[in-house]
Amino acid sequence: MPTQVTPESVEKTIYDGLVELGTERDLLSREATLESLDVDSLDLVELAQIVEDEFGVELRGDDVKDVKTVGEVIDLVVSKAG
Amino acid sequence: MTERKGCALVTGSSRGIGAATALALAREGWPVRVNYRVDEDGARGVVAQIESEGGSATAIQGDVADAAELAVLLEPGEDGPVLVLVNNAGLRLDGLSPQLEDEQWQRVIDVNLTATFRATREALTQMLRARFGRIINVASIVGPRANAGQANYAASKAGVIGFTKTVAVEVARRGVTVNAVAPGFIETALTEEILGKDLEKSIPARRVGSPEEVAACIRFLASEDASYVTGTTLTVDGGLSA
Repeated sequence: MPTQVTPESVEKTIYDGLVELGTERDLLSREATLESLDVDSLDLVELAQIVEDEFGVELRGDDVKDVKTVGEVIDLVVSKAG
Repeated sequence: MTERKGCALVTGSSRGIGAATALALAREGWPVRVNYRVDEDGARGVVAQIESEGGSATAIQGDVADAAELAVLLEPGEDGPVLVLVNNAGLRLDGLSPQLEDEQWQRVIDVNLTATFRATREALTQMLRARFGRIINVASIVGPRANAGQANYAASKAGVIGFTKTVAVEVARRGVTVNAVAPGFIETALTEEILGKDLEKSIPARRVGSPEEVAACIRFLASEDASYVTGTTLTVDGGLSA
């Protein structure tokens, strides 16, 4: 069963996913840019897979191409689920 | 011997290069999914041989040209995620270009190229998470070289080589390698019609190759020893392309 989508549950999953991909947890915030965290396009592909496994929300390449910050990723997942 | 927790999938492995590859990978310690479309007896024979040597294998039916059936072949199972993928299933439907039917074109592209893409896409999600993976695509010397009557086959195999290089670059930093082998004239069911016509004289080695000789190259590319080899095409043709 997919986890229920709430801003809090998505934030936790995104943060945990980014840490799993090598980002230091101390650097994470909604305002942090993906570029500053050294999150590359392949990381985003993996993050999308983590989100899909957790929430059943599918993120395609077009969905994330304009995303710049961690907060925007969280908001995107929440809006796609709604 | 591998100690990885995962399995190898060899598409089209009930006979020929696929069967030899399944056996070679099993000898390296991989549990092997032996895929077949129609030759169930052949696949079961390969599984029996692997098991008789102390290995582990499962025969699994599925048409790689069918997206849904292909997805099932790649699902993580009791044998773990697919960490070695050999896209071997192949098809020839020859004809000179002016007479080549759309169906002949499309079927060859579907089996040889599109299925390679779909299987790779599916396998990569598992491999990226594992930070390890080996994808070996069976191309051909036809594609880089011309062979009259095989425009569809050549296009598909040249496509496989371009695809291999591109995906290799995309995922190299995750411990996943993507390579191709390009067999020349190999003694298989796919080539039995064209062998034996003084063909050996055109090959520097003066003989056709065996499926086991191709499988040995695939086994190397699937090994830990090949960890820094990616995006390449290993030609196995007795010197024909040299």
